[in-house]
Amino acid sequence: MELCDYTIHELHEMMKRREITSRQITESVLSRIDQVESRIRAYITVLREEALEQAGTIDQKLQKGEIPLTPLTGIPIAVKDLICTRGVLTTCAAKILHNFIPPYDATVIARLKQQNIVMVGKTNLDQFGMGSSTENSYYGITRNPWDLSRVPGGSSGGSAAAVIAGEAIGALGTDTGGSIRQPSSFCSTTGLKPTYGRVSRYGLIAYASSLDQIGPIAKDVTDCAILLNAIAGYDPKDSTSVNLPTPDYTRALVPDITGLKIGIPEEYFIAGMDGEVEEKIWEAVRVLEKLGASSEKVSLPHTEYAVAAYYIIAPAEASSNLARYDGVKYGYRADKYTDLIDMYMTTRSQGFTPEVKRRIMLGTYSLSSGYYDAYYLKAQKVRTLIKRDFEEAFKKYDVLIAPVSPTPAFKIGEKTEDPLQMYLSDIFTIPINLAGVTALSIPCGFTRDGLPIGLQIIGKHFGEETILKVAYAFEQNTEHHKKKPPL
Amino acid sequence: MLLHAHTATHPYPTLPYPHTSILLKMEYEAVIGLEVHTQLKTRSKIFCSCSTEFGAKPNHNTCPICQGMPGVLPILNKQVVEFGIRTALAMNCTIADYSLFARKNYFYPDLPKAYQISQYELPLAQHGWIEIQVDGISKKIGVTRIHMEEDAGKSIHDENITGSKNYSFIDFNRCGMPLLEIVSEPDMRSPEEAREYLLKLKGILEYLEVSDCNMEEGSLRCDANISVRPKGSTKLGTKTEVKNMNSFKNVQRALEYEMARQIQILEEGGRIVQETCLWDVDQGVTRPMRSKEEAHDYRYFPEPDLVPLVIDKEWIEQIRKSLPELADARTARFISQYGIPEYDARVLTASKFIADYYENTVKLYPNPKVVSNWVMGDILRKLKEHEEADIRTCPITPQHLAGMLKLIEEGTISGKIAKVVFEDMYATGKMPEEIVKEKGLIQISDEKEVAAVVDRIIAANPETVAQYKAGKQKAFGFFVGEVMKATQGKANPQLVNKLLKEKLST
Ligand SMILES: [Zn+2]
Repeated sequence: MELCDYTIHELHEMMKRREITSRQITESVLSRIDQVESRIRAYITVLREEALEQAGTIDQKLQKGEIPLTPLTGIPIAVKDLICTRGVLTTCAAKILHNFIPPYDATVIARLKQQNIVMVGKTNLDQFGMGSSTENSYYGITRNPWDLSRVPGGSSGGSAAAVIAGEAIGALGTDTGGSIRQPSSFCSTTGLKPTYGRVSRYGLIAYASSLDQIGPIAKDVTDCAILLNAIAGYDPKDSTSVNLPTPDYTRALVPDITGLKIGIPEEYFIAGMDGEVEEKIWEAVRVLEKLGASSEKVSLPHTEYAVAAYYIIAPAEASSNLARYDGVKYGYRADKYTDLIDMYMTTRSQGFTPEVKRRIMLGTYSLSSGYYDAYYLKAQKVRTLIKRDFEEAFKKYDVLIAPVSPTPAFKIGEKTEDPLQMYLSDIFTIPINLAGVTALSIPCGFTRDGLPIGLQIIGKHFGEETILKVAYAFEQNTEHHKKKPPL
Repeated sequence: MLLHAHTATHPYPTLPYPHTSILLKMEYEAVIGLEVHTQLKTRSKIFCSCSTEFGAKPNHNTCPICQGMPGVLPILNKQVVEFGIRTALAMNCTIADYSLFARKNYFYPDLPKAYQISQYELPLAQHGWIEIQVDGISKKIGVTRIHMEEDAGKSIHDENITGSKNYSFIDFNRCGMPLLEIVSEPDMRSPEEAREYLLKLKGILEYLEVSDCNMEEGSLRCDANISVRPKGSTKLGTKTEVKNMNSFKNVQRALEYEMARQIQILEEGGRIVQETCLWDVDQGVTRPMRSKEEAHDYRYFPEPDLVPLVIDKEWIEQIRKSLPELADARTARFISQYGIPEYDARVLTASKFIADYYENTVKLYPNPKVVSNWVMGDILRKLKEHEEADIRTCPITPQHLAGMLKLIEEGTISGKIAKVVFEDMYATGKMPEEIVKEKGLIQISDEKEVAAVVDRIIAANPETVAQYKAGKQKAFGFFVGEVMKATQGKANPQLVNKLLKEKLST
């Protein structure tokens, strides 16, 4: 096992004992990148020199006692390329931002930098977060480390693939409709989507502002909690971040779930669902029951409308959020155009992928006068009903348990021709974003073909501690998270 | 980058203007509603901490937020809300305890996010009114709504600046400047009423000290909806929207033109086309905008980056208590405190700064009616001559004016010489005493000195003396003129009259 295969907390302990340096970890990560990146393509930008220099500086400062050794100090972290990093190319996997270097850090980056992390690079994604396979990128397709002919999931596929392949120790992803949880499920990482408002969105390049959240993608639950500790909390730069005290999430990691009440939403076990996935979910429920939890079926009656509502609301917001990429001030501008309108049209035609254009058009349509009430407004009403479903369920249950995705990782190209099939792969994750609650994906087994399967643990608003605790209890009694892809 | 120039074709026949030569079949009235945008003079912009200072170097007062960079988020400036509430209270509106921001989506290079954060459903305030006076009659004009929004940047197409007609420059300094949009009910019945409403509105904003209200600098902008109908009818005609009226005078002119144009079409049996027009100041006509320019579907939807604005009742009450004395209250006080006529009081208090000027002058020269005559007469005329100049920057300060009035009262200068002193003060900003001394303008009230001149003039004009004595009264004026000319106007006029009468009757 190389250093790059360890977890954040394991490496931290070794650093504490002065057995290893940040530079050694960073070198290990970079050499893993050298070995596997040409096959996986998890990154858009690798910050090789910068990372080594950062690690060296951190080691020196640690030695002189100039900085404290926090749980993240000196740890190589990857960042989804949808999050602004000062002075570092931030593309959103889009041609239209192929040359965009932000003059500011996202709040989450500033907070990670306070802990003196080493930033390894910026990871690939579905353009602007729009997709479930990381195939929709201007920078090529990221491959699933467990099976290179399959997708890693998306949109944070680069982050999940990098973490499980040892190309980073931990990573940040973003989740608008499942973009942290679904790739975590496909790649066997632990990924958490925080409650809407828990983590600042400042510097997160918006896809759908009312749904987007940044969250950790890690090798285990403890790492997830450590990363969440660093990024969570109120930010005066984001009006939608909530001014509530942030707990120490690592303190929630006690493997005791005696008396825990689990709800199993029956609408999440649909016809056409992969049998092996269903089997592993029930197996996981039995593990939790053995640990002292009780479970029963619960109904979330408006679940069937979630995908439809999502594909009205998210594209509507996206159509407005992405309007600023007009070739005027930064990013790509078409070479040839006849006048202003032509410049806009040519630039945007060339700068976005077909999937992004599809969503911009969907959103533009549903916000148009005459259609607004029938689509956008109605979708918002559905959203309220979905949120109420969860609120009702959480009156009775501590957590809800469901699959993350109806299938394990699918083949590259399998769903690119059929957007609707692609949209349905987020059917179990989308309702969580619409309700604004929190959920995580934790490895719960493998198919006979060796593909990872994720378990979704859903908590109420600001219920991160509870879901982390349940996940931790599960992880302590299983071995799935320890398995590594054959590279 | 090449931007579209506004070069609409000329669609209308040239109309006789003003509309006097046509004998109308019936009498018409206008139905006018105004949409006013005013820039609030808060220290920082509405959604970022950039300065709102006017006249900074292009793109100096900008940051990633007001430049609409990827990933940044707006944060609402509380002072903007406070100014909005002050304004809404002064215009008798109901403040919403829950209001929303919305995105207004459209592409334009000086709008870097390609949407403007504004308010649409659930604005800050609604259902208010402003009282105006037309021909001595009071009338309430309804205020439909008041909402907050951000301004866009400025495109510069001037070839002298950009160096090429293939390029335009963009200055984002104005981007994110806080604006209030104040929308009236269609309660105005003439262009004159529209002007009165606008002046009253400006007065209120000045009293509240929330805006500089400078139309030429763009801190007050006005668009109008206008239709006409036979007087007495309650049915609304088809309206047009008139934009680009960048001064108070132009609002009235543009609306008069548009009213005449619509009447002519109706008189000729035609139909008004609902459209948006631009006022062409140079030609004095309205022109329709190209349909492409106005065919906007702004796709409003609630701004997801800002939480709903919840306003505490206590805060509203606190602001209500801190409101200053407004024009109507000040008018009443001027009448009772200074004993000046209501007309004077209204004119003087229409603008806070004119009222301040008046009161400061009266403090130094406590003759309210005399001061009122000078302020309403010479001072306001002078400001008007200089395109509605701001009284706060008038070279004649209350100290100047009071000083001059004292000189008149003491008999140091005559009323006639005062006019000369007045012009000089305006031109040079010198104090009146200094001007009188420098130019030797002190009135000659010495009887011997004046008598000597009178004698000289009488002696030099025996024929005119004879005519006068033969009954030609007009000749008296000739002698007064000659004496004044000989003394460069400095002779005390009463004394000249007295001496001439005495000496010509002997
Ligand atoms: Zn700014």
